[in-house]
Amino acid sequence: MFCDRAMELEDGLRQVLEEMKALYEQNQSDVNEAKSGGRSDLIPTIKFRHCSLLRNRRCIIAYLYDRLLRIRAIRWEYGSVLPNVLRFHMSSEEIEWFNHYKKSLATYMRSLGGDEGLDITQDTKPPKSLYIEVRCLKDYGEFEVDDGTSVLLKKNSQHFLPRWKCEQLIRQGVLEHVLW
Amino acid sequence: MTEELDLMGQDSDGGSEEVVLTPAELIERLEQEDNLRRAKKGDLKVGIHRMELERIRYVLSSYLRCRLVKIEKFFPHILEKEKTRHEGEPSSLSPEELAFAKEYMANTETYLKNVALKHMPPNLQKVDLLRAVPKPDLDSYVFLRVKERQENILVEPETDEQRDYVIDLEEGSQHLIRYKIIAPLVASGAVQLI
Repeated sequence: MFCDRAMELEDGLRQVLEEMKALYEQNQSDVNEAKSGGRSDLIPTIKFRHCSLLRNRRCIIAYLYDRLLRIRAIRWEYGSVLPNVLRFHMSSEEIEWFNHYKKSLATYMRSLGGDEGLDITQDTKPPKSLYIEVRCLKDYGEFEVDDGTSVLLKKNSQHFLPRWKCEQLIRQGVLEHVLW
Repeated sequence: MTEELDLMGQDSDGGSEEVVLTPAELIERLEQEDNLRRAKKGDLKVGIHRMELERIRYVLSSYLRCRLVKIEKFFPHILEKEKTRHEGEPSSLSPEELAFAKEYMANTETYLKNVALKHMPPNLQKVDLLRAVPKPDLDSYVFLRVKERQENILVEPETDEQRDYVIDLEEGSQHLIRYKIIAPLVASGAVQLI
């Protein structure tokens, strides 16, 4: 009845929901007994079960929301493309939440002043200098710099590039900021 | 220009728990700088302008990020405050932020409902997010600097043993005080959070 779709849910979650269902049904029958049979001694048990139910719900919501917060962090750290590794560990509803969230964020950022908006997921640290020395960690290919010239990002090659161009690639792990 | 940047740069919102409205001047400045940059020739000037541009962009981004984080942290309370706001009172959110907050709430509610709540017993399926999500703690302590002299600020006691007392805030002095007491002064600009 309630748990028809629970098969798709993760194991632990399903167990908690089943327990909640059992508790609730026990409570229902006790409530009826208490009302019709006049057995008020059942009331403490009923209250106790109700408290368990509330606690279970609270734990479930806390767990699920914590997952959402981590998924949100993914958007801010890795960008708007979900790495497949992570996608594997997420439920379809979580992926949907992620998609809605990034769309909402994109709409907001577009609205910030001017025509193109401002990408506030960039510039996470105060700028110290215009150009930075970076080393390439993986083969990335051609990368175009402001004045039109392009740089070939091959593994282990080092370049002296404008900071703002590199930030996203550094976050994704393609480039590494070299500090002397 | 730099003084204004310093003002925003202190990220006063980072110190407080409420969302405080700000002018969009910095965004305009960003665009101005963009134009100036194109007009100047010569490497050094372009470089310096670019640096300034970067700095402005950083300050602005950081500030807006801070606001979004707060909105996400306290979304039910912020939306409730918006709903119960009177006609004449200014909102503490920009219209785009309000839209973002509403979407965040709807998104999260839908998720929780579909994943867990609809599988629960009927009398437990509604969750009051206003009670589930912690409220901003307006009693938390904040650092502030006084810009305009204030007299007779009433300090309410934290515990029952203390009594109410009044203090004067001298211009230029700095204090550590509960946010709630000085909240209206932040809004009016008489004090500045640090």
